[in-house]
Amino acid sequence: MDTVAHAVVPGPAFPVPYRVVARRAETADTVTMELANDDGPLDAFAPGQFAMLTAYGIGEVPISLSAVAVAGGRTRRLVHTVRAVGAVTRALCGAAPGAVIGVRGPYGTAWDLAAAAGRDVVIVAGGIGLAPVRPLVHAVLADRSRFGDVALLVGARTPADLVFRDDLRRWAGAGAQVAVTVDRPAGDWDGHVGVVPSLLPQARFDAGHAVAFVCGPEIMMRFTAEALIRAGVAPARVQISLERSMRCGCGWCGHCQLGPLLVCRDGPVVAYERVAHLLTVREL
Amino acid sequence: MASGTRPRTPPPALLDATALEALVDALRARGFTVMGPTVRDGAVVIAELTSAADLPYGVGVDTDAGRYRLRARDDRAAFGHSAGPQSWKNVLHPPRALVWSADRTPDGSMAGGEPARERRYALLGVRPCDLAAIKVLDRVLTGGRQADPVYTGRRDGNLIIAVECTEPGAVCFCSSMGTGPGTDDGFDLALTELVDGGEHLFVVRAGTGEGAEILAGLPARPADEGIVERAREAVGAAAGRMGRTMRPGSLPDLLAEARGSPHWDDVAARCLTCGNCTMVCPTCFCTTPEDVTDLTGDHAERWRRWDSCFDLDFSYLHGGSVRTSGRARYRQWLTHKLGTWHEQFGSSGCVGCGRCIAWCPAGIDLTREIDALAAAGAG
Amino acid sequence: MTTTVPTLAVWKFASCDGCQLSLLDCEDELLAVAGRVRVAHFLEASRHVEPGPYDVSLVEGSITTAADARRIRDVRKMSRTLVTIGACATAGGVQALRNFADVDEFRSLVYARPEYVSALATSTPIAAHVDVDHELHGCPIDRGQLLEVITALLLGRRPDVPAHSVCFQCKQRGNVCVAVAHGTPCLGPVTRAGCGALCPAYRRGCYGCFGPMETPNAAAEAALLRATGLSDEDVRRMYRTFHTADPVFIALSEVTAGPAGRPDDRA
Repeated sequence: MDTVAHAVVPGPAFPVPYRVVARRAETADTVTMELANDDGPLDAFAPGQFAMLTAYGIGEVPISLSAVAVAGGRTRRLVHTVRAVGAVTRALCGAAPGAVIGVRGPYGTAWDLAAAAGRDVVIVAGGIGLAPVRPLVHAVLADRSRFGDVALLVGARTPADLVFRDDLRRWAGAGAQVAVTVDRPAGDWDGHVGVVPSLLPQARFDAGHAVAFVCGPEIMMRFTAEALIRAGVAPARVQISLERSMRCGCGWCGHCQLGPLLVCRDGPVVAYERVAHLLTVREL
Repeated sequence: MASGTRPRTPPPALLDATALEALVDALRARGFTVMGPTVRDGAVVIAELTSAADLPYGVGVDTDAGRYRLRARDDRAAFGHSAGPQSWKNVLHPPRALVWSADRTPDGSMAGGEPARERRYALLGVRPCDLAAIKVLDRVLTGGRQADPVYTGRRDGNLIIAVECTEPGAVCFCSSMGTGPGTDDGFDLALTELVDGGEHLFVVRAGTGEGAEILAGLPARPADEGIVERAREAVGAAAGRMGRTMRPGSLPDLLAEARGSPHWDDVAARCLTCGNCTMVCPTCFCTTPEDVTDLTGDHAERWRRWDSCFDLDFSYLHGGSVRTSGRARYRQWLTHKLGTWHEQFGSSGCVGCGRCIAWCPAGIDLTREIDALAAAGAG
Repeated sequence: MTTTVPTLAVWKFASCDGCQLSLLDCEDELLAVAGRVRVAHFLEASRHVEPGPYDVSLVEGSITTAADARRIRDVRKMSRTLVTIGACATAGGVQALRNFADVDEFRSLVYARPEYVSALATSTPIAAHVDVDHELHGCPIDRGQLLEVITALLLGRRPDVPAHSVCFQCKQRGNVCVAVAHGTPCLGPVTRAGCGALCPAYRRGCYGCFGPMETPNAAAEAALLRATGLSDEDVRRMYRTFHTADPVFIALSEVTAGPAGRPDDRA
């Protein structure tokens, strides 16, 4: 490697070390980890925003927060749920308690929960997409009386891919309708089978008065958003969380473009109506 | 710094060409690393100048789509050449740069940071189109929530000596992009070169206090209105000699409507997806990080290198790339450069320097592609 | 990472040894490599041989004999990760010129006792015989890329070995384009990066020793080559040296006319 001797200075591109303090396997390939740095070196994260996580010497990836804990406007604890799909996420998933992970952030836009005050809330998640909406569910249930009906619709490929099972049970008892579906049943699964939008008819909410938050694979978000709009939800009140190749988080590297959007800066959370026409263009 | 306060403008001054020596010496004496045009390997490139003798006196260039050749001029003009294969991006946003370095600490953490700034650059010979390109890069890399430290580390404290263009090439179209051939701001000093018969002069304007201070130390004399007017006319004449024209009208609208155009297949048949256009473009800023380590993994560095929307992996998202066809990749480049850039950064990404036309090995000409897209849309 | 030291083996098939030498050429870095892995089988460097299995095998050379076709299967079985290195191993090498000629005729003309020579009619890449985990291209390979792959495999990182064109590295290096500025025929736009744009740095055109880039455009490259004055036959020969048996370069070599609608044609 080209090692260069030089003075170093702190700056926004250098990740801040956080230590893994807890780690729990969600599924065979997905881990939820809690990171801590008691100095609280990073600004407060809001639900929907993401951090750039560095596996030291391996690389850096964008990961949304799956829980937000903020004290005094600073972030001392971060909770991330990571699925091992490449070398960096594999290294992150393998990080044991005590290991150090580099963190930069907060980056991107947050779920606009204020837009849902006084309204019904529909949250739809596919697969690992449940992670970025999890802090949103926490926020809604923590302030339950501010909202009308609350429905959480969750899809997974198979029962074994379902994340946050305990949470789903807890949330069902805390004022949310929770419905789960899988693409392919297995084992003793006796629940719903089918794509996530097929759960919509059984959810109780007033479409004309609802705000929807959707996170999952792009194709799932498109079909869900279209189904919500057909059901009567205003297009401006459907929020989705986009995914593109985000390599810097700051709008410097250019990778995450989707038409006029820099997803790391203008997203990941956007109003569906802003991008609906872009998502139908192939290879954009 | 070039932007910022512009004091009461001192009147234009006149320098003999021989005073370029004193200028370069003065800049170096002030601690600047002076970057400017010089000849290497059959092209005018940008490199560190140790003296004005390094400048490409008497060198002209002939350009066309996919073609660039040096030629001898019949005068000693130092800036009588249109854009070469490099731009100020090579200095300010270099092809490969260290982002941070770190070492593992005994407790398993990481200690390190970003490289400290080491040099202050003087950019000598910045064309108005390229000055506009620097302003574009400023907006992209410093206009967001956080400024890019690699860029600011090289950009902050620049001293910019612009040279107005009296020598546009066959692939130039700055006048239709509104970025040249003259300039009125963004520089510390602006020169206009006058070569006529035995006379070789520069009309000089100071744009900042620092520029005026440097000018005051040079063997300058007042420029009379006649010669200032001659300089103005030379620049005005250059505006009429552009080899290319960018179609007027809203390019963002044209390109948004052209997303499904069959013309993208036509250009994809000619496009090598080699990435040259993005590398020579003075505003294409895309990069990819590289995390490297020594073999123990204890010392780690993050570098970044220029990347390009023509690279297949550029849009990689677990499972595959978003833009796989050459059609989609060329569409992304052209649409971003001339269209979506406006919404992202408040201006066009194109300054009309013509580099992407000259240095495309396949000779693809974006002004013609825009015309063809417009024609296909109209038809 | 495991606490046991990973083992490295280097294997030679039909080749000139140049790629193995790239590893020895690493000099300073080689000491660091030797400190991190146990070199268990590397006949070019040492007669000391340890039995397999091996964590990483670097395989140089192409398959040209029936014995080698059997041997590569054994190497594969003994190797957790198999990396082919160089144009012979990845594409059959220059010796694949035989694939397009009569080997029996060569044999009878060249050798006094042709019956002693036991060779297959073709030279084929390693991947035609066994699964390959990573490929390092080039004739020879780039030692920086070799170290990157070894380091990345040791640390569990994805090796940074881009498949884009040589032009990326050529511009990054600050070279002046030999095609555009000098009219020199150059395969850079259709050739995979990795060499650091070595030939253009010395004002020579790229001759394609790293093989095809990710999405080469045959017609556009043919137009470029023809514009520098090459004939149809010249274009064919440009492609058919180090990667003579590479199916992509074969396909490219058969396209000797530019695409319709080139601006010069339109004008």
